[in-house]
Amino acid sequence: MSGWAGSGHGRYRKVVSYLMLGGTALCALLVVGVLFFILGSLVWKGGSDINLNFFTKLPTPVGVTGGGMANAIVGSMKLLLLASLIGVPFGVVGGIYMAEFGGKVSAFVLQYTADLLNGVPSIVIGIFAYSLIVLRMKHFSAIAGGFALGIMMIPVTLRSTEQFLRSVPVAMREAAMALGASKWKTIVSVVVPAAYRGILTAILLSLARVAGETAPLLFTAFNNRFWSPGWNQPIASLPVVVYTYGISAYEDWHRQAWAAGLVLLGMVLLTNIIARAILSRGISAPR
Amino acid sequence: MERHFEKELEELKDRLVWMGSLAERAVHQAVQAVLDGEKDLANRVIEEESAINEMQIEVDERVVKLLATQQFMAGDLRFAIAVSRINGDLERIGDQAVNIAQSALRILRHPRVKPYVDLPRMSEIAEEMVRDSLNALVRRDAELARNVLARDDVVDSLRNQIFRELLTYMMENSAVVFPAFELILVAKNLERIADHATNIAEDVIFMVVGRDVRHPALDRR
Amino acid sequence: MNAALGAAQKPAPDSAPAAARAPLAGKDIRLEVRNLNFYYGPKQALFDVSFSVPTQHVTALIGPSGCGKSTLLRTLNRMHETVKVARLDGQILLDGESVLDQDVTRLRRRVGMVFQRPNPFPKSIFDNIAYGLRVNGYKGSIPEAVERSLHRAALWDEVKDSLHKSAYALSGGQQQRLCIARALAVDPEVLLLDEPCSALDPISTAKIEELLFNLKDICTLVIVTHNMQQAARSSDLTAFMLEGHLVEFQSTEQLFTTPSDPRTEAYITGRFG
Repeated sequence: MSGWAGSGHGRYRKVVSYLMLGGTALCALLVVGVLFFILGSLVWKGGSDINLNFFTKLPTPVGVTGGGMANAIVGSMKLLLLASLIGVPFGVVGGIYMAEFGGKVSAFVLQYTADLLNGVPSIVIGIFAYSLIVLRMKHFSAIAGGFALGIMMIPVTLRSTEQFLRSVPVAMREAAMALGASKWKTIVSVVVPAAYRGILTAILLSLARVAGETAPLLFTAFNNRFWSPGWNQPIASLPVVVYTYGISAYEDWHRQAWAAGLVLLGMVLLTNIIARAILSRGISAPR
Repeated sequence: MERHFEKELEELKDRLVWMGSLAERAVHQAVQAVLDGEKDLANRVIEEESAINEMQIEVDERVVKLLATQQFMAGDLRFAIAVSRINGDLERIGDQAVNIAQSALRILRHPRVKPYVDLPRMSEIAEEMVRDSLNALVRRDAELARNVLARDDVVDSLRNQIFRELLTYMMENSAVVFPAFELILVAKNLERIADHATNIAEDVIFMVVGRDVRHPALDRR
Repeated sequence: MNAALGAAQKPAPDSAPAAARAPLAGKDIRLEVRNLNFYYGPKQALFDVSFSVPTQHVTALIGPSGCGKSTLLRTLNRMHETVKVARLDGQILLDGESVLDQDVTRLRRRVGMVFQRPNPFPKSIFDNIAYGLRVNGYKGSIPEAVERSLHRAALWDEVKDSLHKSAYALSGGQQQRLCIARALAVDPEVLLLDEPCSALDPISTAKIEELLFNLKDICTLVIVTHNMQQAARSSDLTAFMLEGHLVEFQSTEQLFTTPSDPRTEAYITGRFG
C-alpha cells in the first residue's frame, strides 16, 4: 500500500479547505461591505438634507436654506423617458429580428456591432450626440441628452431581448404554428408574451444603468438651475448636479451633492429590485 | 374507466355461450332421436352441426386478434386462453352429438332391444354437466365447476353398467347385436360428452382462480 | 330439459374477417401520399412513400428510431417547412387537393397536430383553447367552443371550475389532453399525433388511448408511436416503416397476426429495433 499518502496528507487537506472557505467568505464580505459602505456614506453625509423641500423646490443661492433638487429629479426622469423612446423600440424590435428572422450572416453582424456599441466610451457617445444635435440646434437640449442615453440603451436591450426570445422553447412556437398561426402572429401572440418579463427586466436594468451616466450629459443636456419646459432647453439631471455641486467650494452645496447622490442610488437600487422581482415571478417553466 | 376492449371480451363470451347452447341442444335432440326413434330429429342434428363449426372458427379468429392487439394480463389473459380451449371442447361435443344422431338413424331399422332406463339417466346427467359448466363460465363460479368434475364418475359408472347389460343381451340373442352395438356406441359418445364438459369445467377453474387442475396426479403444489 | 343457457341469443354476424383482409375496401380516403421523397439537405430521409389514410379511422405509423415516421407525419401538415434545409417531392393530397399548393395556415386549421411533450402556452386553460379560434377568426361563441373541445378531450369535468387558471398547474396527462382539446377546437378534419403518450405515465396513456377511440367519430387520426403495443391496441390500420421506406401497410389485425413482410415480422416479434 505504498502508493497512497499518509495521514499527514489528510490534515493538510483540511487546513487548505478551511483557508479556502475563509478566503472566499472574506471576499464575499468585502463585496457586500463596499456596497454598504457607499450607501452608509451617502446616508451619513447627505441624509440630513433629504426632506420634502429637496423633492419639490428649486436650488437656492449659496447659503440660503430650504432649496431642493426638484428640477434635477424631474430632469433625470425626462431624459430617461426620451432615452427609452429610442432605446426600447430599436432594442426590442432589433432583438425580435435577431431571434426570429436572423440568418447566420445578419445575426453575426448585428451581434458584433451591438457588442462594439456597448463598449464605446460614454463620453464618445456624448461627443457624437453633441456634433449631431447640439451643434445643429446651436444649444444644449434634453433631446440631445435623451438621444445619447438612448443610444447607450440599445445594445443591452437588443441582446437581452434576443436572448429571452431565444429561450422561449421551440415547442411553443410549433404549437402555435400547428394551429394555423403565421410566423408573425406566433411571435406577437405567443413568443413575445412568453418572454415579456425578461424583456421588461432588461429594459428596466438598462434604464437603471444609463440613469447614472454623467459624461455624455455634460455636453448634450448640460445643466439648468431652473425648470426647463419643453424638450429643447438644457436640462438638469441628478448625475450632473452631483458633479457640479460636488466640485464647488461651498459646504452646503457639498451636502446637496451627497443628497443627490443618495437619491440617484436609491432610484437605481429600487429599479434593480423591481426588475429582479418581476423576473423571478416569471420563471415557471412547463413541466 | 371502461375500455373498449371490454366490449370485445363480452362479445367473445356471448359467442361461446351461444355455441354452448347449440351444442347442448344438439346432444338433447340426438339422444331424443335415439330414445324415441325420430328420424327427422336425427337429421336436424346432423344439419345444424355446421353452425357450431362456423362459430368455432369465428371464436378462434377473434381470440387470435385480441391476443395480438391487446396485451392481456391476469384474468383477461386466462379468460382468452380458457375461451380458446373451451371452443375446442364445444366443437367436439357437437361432433359427438352428430355421432349419436347417426347411431339413431341406424338403430331405427331394428326393433327396440330393451326398455331404455340407464341411457336417459346418463344423457340427463351429461347434458346437465354441459349446461352447468357453461353456467360456471358465465357466472365465474369455481364451486359449480368443481361440482361438475365430481359428477364425471357417475357418468363413467353408468357407462360401464350399460356396457355390461348390453353385452349380456348380445351374448344371449345374436339378433340384437346390431342395435345393441349402436347403443353401446351412444353410451360411449355420452361418456365422451361428459368428459368434454369436465374439460370445460377445468378451464373455468383455471380462468377463475388460476390453478390448472387438469391432471391432479401431477399436481406439484 | 332443453333449457337455454341463461338467455343465449344468436350474436350478430361478424364482418371483421373481411375487413381485415382488404383494409381500405369501401372506405373513403381522407389523406393520400403518393411517391413522396424527402430530403434534409443532401440526406434522403423518405424513399418513394405511398399510402392512403381512410377517413374516421386511426392509422398508426410504427418502426424503429430513425425510420422516418415522424418525418412523414410532419409533412402532412407541412411542419417540415420550419426547417430550412428540408425539401420534398411527390404528392400529398387532402380530400383530393394538393396540400403543398394551399395556404399553409388554412391547411393547418384542417390538419391539426399534437406533439410528443405537452406544450401548452403560458396562458390560462381557457386562453389556450381559445387561441386557435382567435387566430383563425372564429365567428361563433368562443366559450361554447372551448367547452365543446374540453368535453371531446374528456377534460371538462376536471377543469370546468378553473378555466382561468394557468395551464401549467395541470398534471402532465391533463396538459396533453389540453393540447388535444386545443387542437380540436378548430374542428380539424385530421388530427396528427406524434408519440403523444411517450412522456406520460400508464394511466394517462390509457386515458388518451380511450380518447382516441372516441375521437374517431369526429375526425381522422394518424398517430406515430414507438410503442407497437399501443399501435396494436389503438389503431385500425398500421404502417410499418424502416429506414425511410414504407415496408407494409395493413389492417392492424392482419399486420400483427400475419404480416406479409419478414422484416415486419422480425420487428413486431422483437427480434430487432
